[in-house]
Amino acid sequence: MIERRKVPLGTRLRRDWPLLAMVSPAVVLMIVFAYIPMAGNIIAFQSYSPYAAPGQSPLMAIVRSPFVGLWNFQRVLTAPDFWNAVGNTLMITAFQLVLFFPVPIMIALLLNSVLAPGVRTAIQSIVYLPHFFSWVLVVTIFQQILGGAGLLNRLLRQAGLISPDGGGLDIMTNPDTFLLLVTSQAVWKDAGWGMIIFLAALSTVNPELYEAAAIDGANRWRRIWHITLPALRPTIILLLILRLGDSLTVGFEQLILQRDAVGQGAAEVLDTFVYYQGIQGGDFSYGAAAGLIKGVVSLLLVLGANRLAHAFGEAGVYQKEAR
Amino acid sequence: MSTGMQESSASREAEPGTSARITSAQRTSAQRTSARSASVRDGRRRRSRGPVWAERPPLVERIGKVLALVLITLVVLVPLYTVVLTSLSTEETITRAGGMVLVPGELTLDAYATILSGNVVSRSILVSLGVTAVGTLLSTAVSVLAAYGLSRTDSVLHRPLLFVFLITMFFSAGMIPAYLLVSSLGLINSYWALILPGAVSAFNILILRAFFMGVDRSILEAARIDGAGEFRVLAKIVLPMSGAVIAVVALFYGVGYWNSFFSAMLYLTDQGKWPLQLVLRSYVLEGVQLPGSELTPAGVTGAAPPASLALKMAIVVLALVPILVIYPFVQKHFTKGVIFGAIKG
Repeated sequence: MIERRKVPLGTRLRRDWPLLAMVSPAVVLMIVFAYIPMAGNIIAFQSYSPYAAPGQSPLMAIVRSPFVGLWNFQRVLTAPDFWNAVGNTLMITAFQLVLFFPVPIMIALLLNSVLAPGVRTAIQSIVYLPHFFSWVLVVTIFQQILGGAGLLNRLLRQAGLISPDGGGLDIMTNPDTFLLLVTSQAVWKDAGWGMIIFLAALSTVNPELYEAAAIDGANRWRRIWHITLPALRPTIILLLILRLGDSLTVGFEQLILQRDAVGQGAAEVLDTFVYYQGIQGGDFSYGAAAGLIKGVVSLLLVLGANRLAHAFGEAGVYQKEAR
Repeated sequence: MSTGMQESSASREAEPGTSARITSAQRTSAQRTSARSASVRDGRRRRSRGPVWAERPPLVERIGKVLALVLITLVVLVPLYTVVLTSLSTEETITRAGGMVLVPGELTLDAYATILSGNVVSRSILVSLGVTAVGTLLSTAVSVLAAYGLSRTDSVLHRPLLFVFLITMFFSAGMIPAYLLVSSLGLINSYWALILPGAVSAFNILILRAFFMGVDRSILEAARIDGAGEFRVLAKIVLPMSGAVIAVVALFYGVGYWNSFFSAMLYLTDQGKWPLQLVLRSYVLEGVQLPGSELTPAGVTGAAPPASLALKMAIVVLALVPILVIYPFVQKHFTKGVIFGAIKG
C-alpha cells in the first residue's frame, strides 16, 4: 500500500469513487445498526428511563437520563441471577465442547470410509438437512417426539414400560437433564453441517499417503491416527478456537424458546438474562450493563483464542498483515 | 458416475486400469467373503472392497458401521416422517394412534385446507415470504456491491472501510441498545425492523470479496482500458462469473430471514403482523389457541380443545417446505469448495 502513495489523492478519488459509492450503502447500514447501538451502550452508565422524555424517542430519553457511574455494573455483578446465567452459559459451552464437538468428526470419518459414492451423497444430504431448520422448528419437533405427550412416551406407555396414567419421561421440561437436551438438539441440528467441513478437509488428503502407509505395515487405525487426524488438525483447531471465542454465546433462540418450560434455574443464559431483565423487566440500563460485560468479555475471548491459534502455529481467524 | 471409478476416496486417484486388474485378481475372495456381492454387476462388486492394499475390516466392524449410518439417518428422517404423516392424517387416525402417527392410516388434506383458508397462519406465511424476498434481495444486492467495492486493495480508504465491517464480527453492541435504536427510528411494528438491523453480514461480504479478489485481474484491466466504469465491470464481467457464490450468499440470507423469529418477537407487538415462525412458536410449541380456528367451537371459552395435532403439524410442514424446496439448490451450490474456501478466507 505504501508504494502506491505516489498517485495523488485527487487522482485516486477520481479513479475510485465508484468503488466508494458501492460500499456506501453497506457502510451506512453498519453505522446505523451496528455502530450507533455501540454508542448507545452509554445507557449502561445511566439510570435510563423511557419516561425521562415522555412521548419522545428513546434518544431524547438517553439525553435526559442521569449518569450513575458504575452503579449498574455493581448491581449486575452482585446479582446471583447473573452468576447463575454465567454458570449455565459456561456449562452449556463446556458440555457441547465435549459431547457435540467430536460428533461431526466421527460422522465425517465414518462417512469417508463408505465406499459407494451414491450412498455417501445420500447420507450426507440427509444429515445436514436439519441445519437449515429454524430453532422453533427443531424445538417443536423435539417436543412432539420427546415431550410429555410425545411419540416416545406414548410408545413406552403402549409397550407397558411406564404406567398409562403416569407423567412419563420428563425430558423437555426437566432442569436436571436440560444440558443433555440442549446438546442433543444442537447435535441433531448442526452435526451434519459440521461434518461437511471435515469431509472437505478429508478430501484434500493425498490418497497415496494411505497406500504408502499400508505398504509400510500400518493398519487402518494407525492410518487414521497418523494420516487422517493430522490432516484434520488445522480445521479442528480453527473450529475449536472459534467456539472457545464464542463461549458466552449459546444458541440464544434455542434457549429462549425453552427457558419458560424448563425454568430460569437451568435455562437462563447470558443473552436471555439480558432480554428478560432489560426488555421484559424494563430495566434497560441494567440489561445493557450485563450485555456490555458479555460483549467485552467475548471480545477478549476471541482475541485470546486467536493468540492461542497462532501459538499452535495455525493461521487463526485473522492475521496481523492480511495480503 | 462412471462405473469404473467408484471406490473409496483413498483410491480416488487410482487409474481405471489398475482398479480393473484388482477386480479380477480378487474376484474369488470376494465371492467367498460376501455371497451378496456375487449377484451384483461385475464392475460394481469392487465398490465395497476398496483398494488392493487396504485390508478388509472385520465383519463386526462392517456391521457396526452400517448400523451406525442407518441409525444416524433414521434419527433425522423418522421425526420428519411422522410430522408430515400426522399433518396428513384424519382426526380419527390420530386419535387411534394416540398422538403422532407412525403407521399411515386414512389420509386427508383437511388440515392444510383449514390453515390456508385465510386465517392467522396464511397471513403469517405471506408475511414470512414477503420479508424473506425483500430482505434477501436487499441484503444480497448491498453485500455484492460492498464486496466488489472492497475487492481492490489499493483503492481509496480501502483499509478503514474494510475495518468497519471486520470490527462488527468481533464486537456487537448488544440487544438493548439495538432495541432502543429500532424504537427510536419508529420501526416498532414495521416489517423493516425484521430486515434492516441484520441486513448486512460482514461474514457474507468477506465470502463475496474473497471470490471477487480471485477474479483474473487482467480481464478487469482490459475492460477498464476499453473505457468500462466499475459499475459496468461489475455488471458485465464479474457478476456473470460469480453466479454460484452469489447464490450461496443469497441462500444464507434467505434461510436466515425465513427462520428468524426473535427479531419479530422483539419488534412486532402487533400479533396480526407475526411471521410464520412466531405463529409456529405460540400456536404449536406453546399450545396457545389459534384465533379464528375453524376447529374451535364458537362461544366455548376456557374449555376449548387445543388446535388439532394435524393442524399443528401442518404448520410445522409449511415452515419446512421452503427449506425443502431450496434444498436441491443448496446441494448443487453448497459444495465443499465454497464453504471451505469461505471459512479459510
